[in-house]
Amino acid sequence: MTANPKLAPLLLSGPALLVFIGLVIAPLVMTALLSFYDWGQYKGIVAEFTVKNWHEVLVDDYYYEIFGRTLRIALFVTLIAVLIGVPEAYILNRMTPRWRGVFLLVVIGPLLISVVARTLGWALLFGSTGLIGQALLTLGLTREPVDLMFTETGVIIALTHVLVPFMVLAVLAALQRLNSDVENAAMSLGAPAFTVWRRVVLPQIIPGVLSGSVIVFALAASAFATPAIIGGRRLKVAATLAYDEFLNTLNWPLGAAIAMILLVALIAIIVGSNRLIERRYAQVFE
Amino acid sequence: MSYLALERLTKAYGSVLAVDALDLTVVRGEFISLLGPSGCGKTTTLQMIAGFVEPTSGRAMLDGTDLFGVRPNKRGLGVVFQSYALFPHVTVAENVAFGLEMRGVPRAEREQRVKQTLDLVGLTGMADRYPRRMSGGQQQRVALARALVIQPAILLLDEPLSNLDAKLREEMQTELRTIQRSVGTTTILVTHDQGEAMALSDRIVIMNKGRVEQIARPDEAYARPASAFVANFLGKTNVLSAKVVNEGNRQVVDMAGFRLPVPNRSLSGAVTVTVRPERIAFVDDPAPGVQGRVHTRVFQGTHWLFHIETELGALIVLRQNDGVAVPSEGENVRLAWGENDLLIATSGAM
Amino acid sequence: MSRNGPLALAFHAIFVVFILAPIVVVCAVAFTPESYLSLPTKGFSLRWFKAIWNYPEFLRAFRDSLWLAALSSTIAIGLAVPAALAIARYRFLGREAITALFLSPLMIPHVVLGIAFLRFFSQIGLSGSFLGLILSHIIVVLPFALRLVLAASYGIDQRIEHAAISLGANSFVTFRRVTLPLIMPGVVSGWVLAFINSFDEVTMTVFIASPSTTTLPVRLFLYIQDNIDPLVSSVSASLILMTAVVMIVLDRLFGLDRLFLGSAKS
Repeated sequence: MTANPKLAPLLLSGPALLVFIGLVIAPLVMTALLSFYDWGQYKGIVAEFTVKNWHEVLVDDYYYEIFGRTLRIALFVTLIAVLIGVPEAYILNRMTPRWRGVFLLVVIGPLLISVVARTLGWALLFGSTGLIGQALLTLGLTREPVDLMFTETGVIIALTHVLVPFMVLAVLAALQRLNSDVENAAMSLGAPAFTVWRRVVLPQIIPGVLSGSVIVFALAASAFATPAIIGGRRLKVAATLAYDEFLNTLNWPLGAAIAMILLVALIAIIVGSNRLIERRYAQVFE
Repeated sequence: MSYLALERLTKAYGSVLAVDALDLTVVRGEFISLLGPSGCGKTTTLQMIAGFVEPTSGRAMLDGTDLFGVRPNKRGLGVVFQSYALFPHVTVAENVAFGLEMRGVPRAEREQRVKQTLDLVGLTGMADRYPRRMSGGQQQRVALARALVIQPAILLLDEPLSNLDAKLREEMQTELRTIQRSVGTTTILVTHDQGEAMALSDRIVIMNKGRVEQIARPDEAYARPASAFVANFLGKTNVLSAKVVNEGNRQVVDMAGFRLPVPNRSLSGAVTVTVRPERIAFVDDPAPGVQGRVHTRVFQGTHWLFHIETELGALIVLRQNDGVAVPSEGENVRLAWGENDLLIATSGAM
Repeated sequence: MSRNGPLALAFHAIFVVFILAPIVVVCAVAFTPESYLSLPTKGFSLRWFKAIWNYPEFLRAFRDSLWLAALSSTIAIGLAVPAALAIARYRFLGREAITALFLSPLMIPHVVLGIAFLRFFSQIGLSGSFLGLILSHIIVVLPFALRLVLAASYGIDQRIEHAAISLGANSFVTFRRVTLPLIMPGVVSGWVLAFINSFDEVTMTVFIASPSTTTLPVRLFLYIQDNIDPLVSSVSASLILMTAVVMIVLDRLFGLDRLFLGSAKS
């Protein structure tokens, strides 16, 4: 490309830049403004500056409970994803390329399937007449039929299922950067398999685990379809709460305030932890 | 008569001068090498000629026209890159035909010229291969054919042989020289390999830190390096501290007691001198020379390489392997050389 | 698989069951001959697959989803290719900021995007329109397209383009004959990933879709919120089977891990 090196990047990225200014920045700014507008059941949205939406969301126990539940669910989902996703990635990485190809399709493939279809599967499994309940009853593990629908446990299980492939991917990426000679070197120095894993492999894949955790946490905290289907109206999280304010109560300014809190909190967590990961592991991983 | 003239060509990156006021004239058909260590500005010079880097100041006149006034794609120069830069998604023939297509050469003529050029570089019958499926040497030939087929005003070669293994490199050097002679294209080669530069070029431009150290024929530059840098860069050399003293009515250079006459009368005091390792001889004890002890002796096939500890410091000595017995490690030896083997730089450090 | 011990393989088996269970259950229930939810213990039936044809809203939503995904991912790739070249090639002021902006929809929760677009479109009179859906989906899928094109652009040797220029090609010819073919694997896989993400998007779309203009996942989601019956199972099973076919094709073409790890096969 011989074009002027000052003008060329501007011309090349210009169209996308305009689209993003018009369709990302403008709507977000408008939403931020909306969160400071007044609203009443009969008067609707009034363009008058007020902090009452923010005040309500930040003070009312009702909202505290929902934000607390959202955080709790996201943390559990992240924790479980680490506990099962990291070993699974390690196992996948040790398979022969042929088998790895097959099981990657099984483990990562569901990411391509609509989250609604995947969550429907859990709804079918969870109900009082669902497979899990009947299986537990048949095995005599419970006397009453177990119903995981509309429970936090149910939401956590389904969300883990939806998000654990991201963890496997992130860890797998870290594992593939690993030099297998390093493992062999540790083994040749007399370390047993588990020690090799703990002292040599694990420290090197921690950045992968952490970045996978950030992704899973962020997606779990802002998940909508899965908690809406499994949790229903009874078990609201931040995203379903905002949805209800917008499409049922029609209190848009309050919904906007909830959305802004979710956005700011998540971006702070994502950017903060990425910084931390980069700083902590900068020396080891360029 | 100069064909290409670079006049005070300069490229600055911030305050760093990558190329500092380079002057060079090249005559038609000449093979010139830009030689120097990495970062000396040789590649930047080539890229300015080709038009991939904008010069900060200076001029380049090609056959009477200002080269920098012409867009890079209209300069008509053939470039061979270190990575070959072949188009991986098309065949060898399509690679070579690309430049002709850009010039609107009709298909029939195009095909004929592509075939001719592939024959010239020794790739007969490989027209329909893809670059990825060829060896490094073959890819190199495709790159050369692609640059030559447009009958370039100048052929620019950017480290073209550095990705080949040693044996192949030597073969390609000979071939490159033969092809260049037969087509007569003016050629500028960028290289960090002094052997390659000396083997191929009519003249060598030795560069260091953006500046020209010397422009000379290869044998000239080797025998009479203009600076310590050139002496060091063109093959191995020994750098010694010595001093010039008066002995009767003549000046001599004193090297730890070993004295040789100095032709240049304007010198005096401490000087630095250089001696090529192949010019140092082993002599018998009573003869004048420098006493030393063999530290290591390495067999190199055609040569023996000695590291010898002397009062002058560690010296390297090369001896032809002509079947005559050579000193072994630990042995005491006496070294000498002639006044014509000696190069005296002014003074100070080298 | 010799390098994994029996314990590892047992864990792996449980993990795979966990991943597959809900998907298999959806498919199994869809084949029930009963008029209520049950696993087909009394024989298989395709009655609920046939029933989909009696619900034109599902078919219309499916058609709209395909159009939406095709249009938005094509426009997104059209914007992403020049942007990726600018980012990969040039060092300019604000380069990092622009990159962060283009990738930001990956960080912004889709609920927030949905709300922002709902507000924005209602202000400029685009609410419930297909155009609104396309515009919002361009934003959501562009980061996926950009990442893959960017990886492909970083991967090419700029001297190949220099070679074309030295042989007489101008900027446009160089782009069309050399650059574009070289980044093509990234462009194609970027488009595919963008298409899939647009097709599957539900959280943002549920805010801005209208009953007349909606996507299949949103239609399905709203239906499930009201009642879960064998019909949603058969629709979901159809979706799953289609995705499985696409998945296998993609795996053959690009390798799924490459597609998701954000680097194109070169």
